[in-house]
This record gives sequence, structure tokens and C-alpha cells, in this order.
Amino acid sequence: MWYYALRRILLAVPIALGVSVICFALVYLAPGDPLQSLIPAEAKPEDVEQIRRLYGFDKPVPVQYLIWLKRAVSGDLGVSLQTARPVLLEVMNALSNTIIISAGAVLVAFTLAFVMGTVAAYHIGRPADRFVTSAAVIGVSIPNYWLGIVLVIIFAVKLGVLPATGMGSKGSTSFSLLDWEQAKYAILPMLTMTLVPLGIIMRTTRSAVADALNQDFVEMLRAKGLGPAAVLRHAIRNALPQVLTVMGLQFGYLVGGSILVETIFTWPGTGFLMSKAILTRDVPLLQGAVLILALNFVAINLLVDLVQTAIDPRIKRT
Amino acid sequence: MSNVGIAAAAPEIANNLSRPVVRGYWKSVGHRLRYDYVTLFFLSIILVIALLAVLAPLLAPFDPTKTSMINRMKPIGYRDFMLGTDELGRDMLSRLLWGGRVSLMMGLVPVFLATIIGGFMGVVAGFVGGYVNMAVMRTMDIFYAFPSVLLAIAISGTLGGGTVNGLLALTLVFIPAMCRVAESATTQVRNLDFVEAARASGAGTLSLILHHVLGNVLGPVFIYASSLISVSVLLASGLSFLGLGVEPPTPDWGLMLSTLRSGIYVQPLVCALPGVVIFITSLSFNLVSDGLRRAMDVKA
Amino acid sequence: MTSPPDSTLPSLGVAPAKDPRDRGGAKQPMLIAKHLKKYFPIHGGALQRRIGQVQAVDDVSFSVLKGETVGVVGESGCGKSTLARLLMHLIPKDSGELVFDGELIGEARGLSLRELRRNMQIVFQDSYSSLNPRLPIEATIAYGPRVHGMTRADAKKQARDLLDKVGLRPELFGARYPHELSGGQKQRVNIARALALNPRMLILDEAVSALDKSVGAQVLNLLGYLKRHFNLTYLFISHDLSVVQYISDRVLVMYLGQIVEIGPVDSIYKSPRHPYTKALLNSRLALDPTERIDEAPIHGDPPNPINPPSGCRFSTRCPCSEAICETKSPKLGNSTPDAHLVSCHMANPGSGHSRAGQQPTDALRRASETCAGYKRVRSTHGA
Repeated sequence: MWYYALRRILLAVPIALGVSVICFALVYLAPGDPLQSLIPAEAKPEDVEQIRRLYGFDKPVPVQYLIWLKRAVSGDLGVSLQTARPVLLEVMNALSNTIIISAGAVLVAFTLAFVMGTVAAYHIGRPADRFVTSAAVIGVSIPNYWLGIVLVIIFAVKLGVLPATGMGSKGSTSFSLLDWEQAKYAILPMLTMTLVPLGIIMRTTRSAVADALNQDFVEMLRAKGLGPAAVLRHAIRNALPQVLTVMGLQFGYLVGGSILVETIFTWPGTGFLMSKAILTRDVPLLQGAVLILALNFVAINLLVDLVQTAIDPRIKRT
Repeated sequence: MSNVGIAAAAPEIANNLSRPVVRGYWKSVGHRLRYDYVTLFFLSIILVIALLAVLAPLLAPFDPTKTSMINRMKPIGYRDFMLGTDELGRDMLSRLLWGGRVSLMMGLVPVFLATIIGGFMGVVAGFVGGYVNMAVMRTMDIFYAFPSVLLAIAISGTLGGGTVNGLLALTLVFIPAMCRVAESATTQVRNLDFVEAARASGAGTLSLILHHVLGNVLGPVFIYASSLISVSVLLASGLSFLGLGVEPPTPDWGLMLSTLRSGIYVQPLVCALPGVVIFITSLSFNLVSDGLRRAMDVKA
Repeated sequence: MTSPPDSTLPSLGVAPAKDPRDRGGAKQPMLIAKHLKKYFPIHGGALQRRIGQVQAVDDVSFSVLKGETVGVVGESGCGKSTLARLLMHLIPKDSGELVFDGELIGEARGLSLRELRRNMQIVFQDSYSSLNPRLPIEATIAYGPRVHGMTRADAKKQARDLLDKVGLRPELFGARYPHELSGGQKQRVNIARALALNPRMLILDEAVSALDKSVGAQVLNLLGYLKRHFNLTYLFISHDLSVVQYISDRVLVMYLGQIVEIGPVDSIYKSPRHPYTKALLNSRLALDPTERIDEAPIHGDPPNPINPPSGCRFSTRCPCSEAICETKSPKLGNSTPDAHLVSCHMANPGSGHSRAGQQPTDALRRASETCAGYKRVRSTHGA
């Protein structure tokens, strides 16, 4: 088992490196001189030259990549052009905010979707199942930013119950979910983000539980005289690894893809940071954010893989 | 040999004598679809949307880019504006119709390109195997390590936005997925007995791929591609929403949602309209793709 | 004119005695396999290094005479299917030689692979994937000739002609898809496909194993009939002993990648000389309820083909095994093509075995009866 874990971790390293290559190359995609996109517009020519040598732009591209990599590994991802603060710091601060709503969304989605998916699988083919399946399809077809707008219209504009934007007066440094005054800012973003994971987890749960219920061992359990609740428990235990995997992956997707929802609610997470960076053409910030989010996704994938191997006895562990 | 003789000697042949017309694979798919009313309904919706988009120049009552200061943010049904006006006084109906062209194109073209490019790479990697396969698939894995939204935004963000860059970004996002599906299907088919038998007849690689592998791989590839279209429509409108897709004043559903955001306090219904259209389009493609999968997955 | 075995088949003539494609003459064996070897590497461990190999086919030599049917029997994992694919060059061999009608296959001056394909074809087991589900069976049969340059019209005509010859009316079956055929019909299509290139030899890999017995009997009869009409040579691989007995002239018994016994069918089935062959034949159940077996004819599981035992590979399960069997591998030997040869120390005088050189028993008695008492079998290696 440990061999497998070690091998899996080692396998993640080249992927992480590949991800870093792509992030590094992003700067070169930008039109114009890559150096120009990394420095403020009003820099003096001598400063430009100094930065050019410091960042190694006079050296060949592979060497530049290595220099960039070395700096990135030691935590130096450059400085934001807008705020002049270190990129790493900005991204990390924002990341914690994103995680708050992403984790919340996934937990809510998982709870709801697991129940509904199990019900659908148990009553497969019947009206309850059709309802759940339709809900799942609708869930993945709605543009989530539009749902955000609709929710704002309903709850903020028409009903005035929840705030439309922002993270509350206390800001992100001391955000606490227990205080309603602050928590209410998180509700709408979280609900909006719940939509897509809800649909996907519902679909996965339904198919996993339905598959488990079709297995021969379930017939065996029924033949032994087990009641429906107990049989269902067994089926759920079988389906759980698959569903947890999907849940973990959805969490990763939410964290990486939160930009749309956060833009609507001006929730100061990594997504909002990135959309600001795009507007202001703050390339170091964009690059740093993309890198951290992508690596984060790789790490989540790895974790999900290891957890699945640990709890699902069917997977080979050599 | 008479029919009677055969019928007496081999009942299996006799039973088949009264069989109706032999049906090919695609015909049987069509036959199954004929009775799938849900799929047919949504397929017709897609066709209607496509038709409306293509005929936009003829159907739109107004010029979609013509602004009017006095007619800003008018509700549905106001005078000649059947669906109201946007924040710059432009007719919503016309903008939705014209926007359909762009949005549909941004949804279909990336998937089409990604299917061709990614599909080709996947089939080659799957058929050749070995180091080529490893090289191709590991590279795809690296792209797969990005969440799609993030990758699309990163690419189009650094490229600077615009329609072409958006198309490019989306195509790049979908290529790894299509490549994976094609490679997996090809690897499965490659190991089947009839491919070995064809190889035993002395066929060369190209002939094997064209006649035996491709026909069996196209099915899963096509199904997956059709399921990607709805994702592409959503992603494309998302990019436009962020200002990374189509540039104003060209109408595009996602862009419209973005610019109309300020108006939700005034005319919530009008501002929600582009989202409704995106939702219907995406939903229709989703359901049709599901229906296609159900029709194509069953043998006989 | 031989009459067809059932009324679905057209009356075909017998092939003329002199085959215009013959190169080497009547005495030249159709196929000679010399020291064929195929090992499959296995990777494992933390770094996925090569930690062993499956010795699927290990030093196999035999010949197939023109016009005969050679049966290959053995249990699962003995290497028969790998052997079939090696002969057809569907997988590359690690070492060894193959000679077809006097010409070396694959060498520059010998027979090219492409020419080999026109001479030797294979009929697979009727699995769900033996025919391309997307092609009508006419197209499947016509594919081979088209690859070799025939025009579409000619190939289609030949395909329909072959369908007729295997007992499927082309008007009725030609345009059908595989999922619209029964198992026996699909197998006939497989045979027609193999015959499309006009081969002189057919390898049949478990050709009737997936069919019901009655349908399989029809197919076997068809095979015999086609053999006379097309002047074919067969290599028939099967795990079913009675089928092999019915159709073969000579039989080859395989165990763990090696040939343990080879000889004329009657000689093998009536007086088997290798303990494994004896055990195999003894494991067929008699229809007479008074003839019961109390003791399993063979003990233990087949050892792991990854690390086969040293010496004779059967020694771990052989009731007659002695010290010499564990250290020295017996050799099959070779002499005339129709000799009855066995790879066992007991048959070889001077091998060091206590029973070496003794006359083989005629009757099919239990293997343990020929050895003094019942010896405890050696434990298997790390299986």
C-alpha cells in the first residue's frame, strides 16, 4: 500500500512540473514583449534593464524557466503590478475565502445529492427517479453565474433578506461563519456554487447505488432475509468510494473555477482576484494565481486517489 | 436445394426466412430514436434555435447595435420592443437573435475542432501504443490537471480576449478530453478478435484503422462530443461574461448578462433573459446527447 | 463426388490430387516449427521493473504434414493460444524458426509475411468480438481479398460463393450483421473469412468450444467436408479431448508451454505414455455409472507459469516423479513425423529414472498404479 502511495506521489511530480511549464509559458502567450507584461508601465528604462537581468530575460528560455521555477519553489511568485504586494500573499489570503464557500457548497451538495441520488436509485425507473434525474440535468445545464444573478434578484432585490455582494463589514481577516451578520454574505455565493456539484453528485450516486443494488450479493442479502434498510446500507457502503471521489474532484473544480460566481458577488476569493487581474492586465498576479490553483487541483486529485485506494478494497495496491 | 429441404433440415434458417428487412447499425439507431419523444422534442428545440440564429438578419425587428438613450431598460412588451431593451436602449429580441449566432458558434466550433484534433491524436496513440501512447497521454494528463474554467480563462486571459482567442482557448481545453475518449475506445477495439483476424489477413495499419477501428470508435467519440457541446456553450458564455470572449458591441448572450447586471434592480426580468436562453440551449444539447447515447450504446 | 454432411451444404467436389500451389512435394511437411520460444515480461515493484517472465511457449518443435489434421490439447494456460498466434505471426516470436512448405518464413529469401497470409489462416473462437459488429458479413469476408488487391465486385462475388459453401445462403445472410446470427452461423462466417484468401492450411483456435454440442458437431462435419474440397491442412487447438479425438490424425499434448507428448491419435488415446496425458484422459468421465473414479486423476494446481519448476515441469504433480525429474528436463526427441514421442524420463532408457525404459502399459489405468505406491508430490514453487 505504501509503495503505491509513494509511486502515486512520485507520479504527481512530473504533472506538477508540466503544470508549472504551462503557467510559465502563459506569459509568453501574451501579445507583446513578455517583459513588458511583468513590470509596471511607468518604470524607468534603467529599472527595466535591471529587472531584465534579474529575471534572466537575457538568457535562453529554458534557463528562464529554471530561474522562474527556483524562485517559485522558494515562494517568490513575483509582485502584483496593481498592489505591489507579493503575489503569493495575495493569492493565499484570497484562497482561504474561496475555500470557505467551496467547501460549504460541496458539503451541502453532497448531503442533498447523496440522499436524492440514493432515493432515485432505490426507486429506479419510477417517478421519484425521473424527478431526480431531471433535476440533475437541469442543474448542470444552468449557467451558475446566471443562477447567482437570479438568486440576487430574488433574495436581495425583491425580498431584501440577503446581501447582494461583498464579504461583510469585518472583511476577510476575521470572517466567522457563526456570526449571522457575516455568515449571511456567504450564503448566496455558496448556494450558487452548490448547483453544479449537486447535479453531478446526484448522477454519480444514482448510478453507483443502482449498480450496487444490481449486484448478486444484494440478492443474496435479501434471500437471507435482510430488510430493505439494511440492504440499502450495504449498497451505500459499496457506492461510497466512487461518490466520495467525485465529491473531492468537484471541490477541486469549485476552487479552481470559482471566478464566475465570485465576480458576481464580489466575494474576495481567488476567482475575484483573477478577474481583477485580467481587467488590469496584472500578469504576475494572474500567473501566480493560476499556478497555485492548478497545483492545488493536482494535490486534491492525488489526495482523492489515495483515499479511494485506501477505502476501496477492490483496487489493486501493488 | 429447395426451400422446403432447408426448412426441414435447419430450423434456424427457416425461422429467419420470414425475417423483415435487415437493418444496419445507423438505421437501428434512428429507429430507436424515433420513439424517444423527449430527445426528439429537444432536438427540435435545437433546430429551432439554430434556425432562428441563422435567420437573425431576416427576423430581427431592429438593429441590434442601435442604441437609444430614451429607450433604456424598458420592460417586456414595451411598444415595439417585444422583449424589452437593455441598458443602452438596444432591442433585446434582436440582440438575442443575433447573439445566438455568436454563442452557438462558440459552442459548436471548439467541440468540432477538438474532436478532429483530439480524436486523431487519441486514435493514433491508442493504435500505436508504446512510447507514443505514453508521450501523448502524459501530455494530455498535464492539461487535464487544470480545471476547465481555469484553463480557459488562463489561456484567453493572457492572449487578450476576443472571439478568436476565446475559440482557441476552448478548443485547447477540450482537446485532452476528446483525446482520452478516443484513445480509450481505440485501445479497447484494437484488442478485439476481429481486428486480429483482419491483421491476419495481411492488412496494413491504415487499412485496419479505416475499415475496422474507426467505425467502432466513432460511436463513443461522437457521443462524448455531443455531451461537450452544452459545456462549451456554458464556458463560452462564461468567458464573454468576464469580458474575455466576444467584444462589445457584438451581441453575445454571456456578454449581455454581464452588461445587464447593473439593471437587475430596475428590470429584473429583462436582465435574466439571456440566461434563460443559455439555459434552454445547454439543456437541449444535454438531453439530446443523453438520448443519443442511449440509442447508440445498445447493440441490436 | 462426396455427399455433403447436411442438406444445407451444396455438393462440392473433392480437390484434385495435385495441388498447383504445392512447392515442396508430397513428403515435405506443410509446416515445421523449430524451437519456438515466447516469453512475456512482467513488471512490478515500486519502480515497475521487469521482475519475471511468463514462459508461455518454451522450446516447442513439431511438424505438420500435408493434408493431415494435427490436434493440440492442453488445459488453460498451457500456451496453445499463444502458439497459434506465434504460428500466424500475430505476435512476434522471441526465438525459433518456422518453415512453410520448405521455405523459411520471414527471412529475406524465404516466404514473406504477406505471402504467408495467403497460405495460412486462422479461425478464432466464436466470441462476441470475432466479427466486426459494424460490417455486414459479406464485407467482413471480402475484406481479406480486397486487402490483397482484388476488386470490390470480385471480392463480393467470392464472399457470396464462400457463404454458399459453408452452408449460409448468400441472398439471405450476406447483408446481415453479426448480432443477427446465431453462434453456429457466426462460426461458419469465421470459417468462410479464413478461406477467403485461399489458404492451404488453417489454424483453428478453439473453433467449436463456444458452441452447443449439436451445433459444434455440425461445424466439425463442415470442417471435414471443406478440408476434402479445398485440400486443406488443419491445426486444431482445443481443450476438449473428445473433439480432438474425432477430428485429428495426430495429437500434440501441451503442458506449461512445452510439448509433453506427440503421436498418432489412436496411439495417444489408447496408450498414452506421459503421466500428464494419462491423467488428462482419465479425467474424462465415463457414461457407465458403474465405472466411478474414487481418486482425482491428478493432484494439485498447475504451477505458476512465471516461475516454472526446475527440471520436468510436471514433476510437482506427477505421482512417479523422482529426484532426477526435479533436476533434469526431459527432452521430446525427434524421429519420423508419425512416431509416438514423449517427453518423460520414464520413456528414456538411461535417463536415471528407476522406471526408465520399461514397457508402457497398454491399458488406461490410473497413473498412480504404474508407480510403486503413491508418492507425495513436491510442493509447488511460490505460486
